[in-house]
Amino acid sequence: MILEVLISATLIIGGAFALIGSYGLLRLKDPFQRLHAPTKGSTLGVGAVLLASALAHLSRGQGASWHEILVTLFIFLTAPLTALFLARVHLHRAAPRRDLPAPATSTRWASADLTLENPQPERESL
Amino acid sequence: MRRLFPHPYLTIALVVLWMLLVNRLALGSLVMALILGTAIPLITARWWPGTPPVARPMALIGYIALVIWDVIIANIQVAKIVLFMPTSQIKSAWITVPLDLTSPEAITLLAGTITMTPGTLTADIASDGKSLLIHSLHAPDPDAIRDDIKARYETRLKRIFDE
Repeated sequence: MILEVLISATLIIGGAFALIGSYGLLRLKDPFQRLHAPTKGSTLGVGAVLLASALAHLSRGQGASWHEILVTLFIFLTAPLTALFLARVHLHRAAPRRDLPAPATSTRWASADLTLENPQPERESL
Repeated sequence: MRRLFPHPYLTIALVVLWMLLVNRLALGSLVMALILGTAIPLITARWWPGTPPVARPMALIGYIALVIWDVIIANIQVAKIVLFMPTSQIKSAWITVPLDLTSPEAITLLAGTITMTPGTLTADIASDGKSLLIHSLHAPDPDAIRDDIKARYETRLKRIFDE
């Protein structure tokens, strides 16, 4: 009984965070702000749902299930990479680069060194 | 020993990964895990020229616990900003974080940590690899965020990778 309440609670918390993450996509203004909502907002959402799944396994007397740990691990490996790729694509395509601060020692950010399919004029003042 | 197991950490990771995938503790699965854990590092050894320079694996466990805790806090903070803060008041900022870390593994870990934790996101690295470009969702004081990242995560990573 207590376990069932706990499972329901974690499911609701997970659903709520996933919903907030998606709502953030709608509400925030520019693409970089929007990246924040799903990368973080939904991590806890998925985490809570996984916790509920692990608890449900325990409550049915099927012993501990380890797949949830694996899913968590893979999310931690893939979420930052996805965010990084989205960020760099956007740096290429749309963001006004003059807004960026300069690196500490070098003069350019790495994505400025990549060649584009349609080369743009050199921006000296990065 | 070194020739049979060129990457001991990779072997351990593969064995644990296989056992978790199988999801039950049986001798047959363990044998299969050990076969995979031996064969895969041997076959792929030529693409892994160096071993990751983890000097203190135990400190790494503590670091992971710290990051998981911070991820939970990050979720709640970002949820609050998304739900309650008027969009005109959200002050996003770009921040340059100069790096003291040098090994690619350590920098990757730091970049991943920054993306997963409170209101910050790694967007790029300098072409000389000595600073990270970070976007912060809500940064009234960008310098404080930079100092916080360096103190909270980078010093710990420096200890783990012994730099």
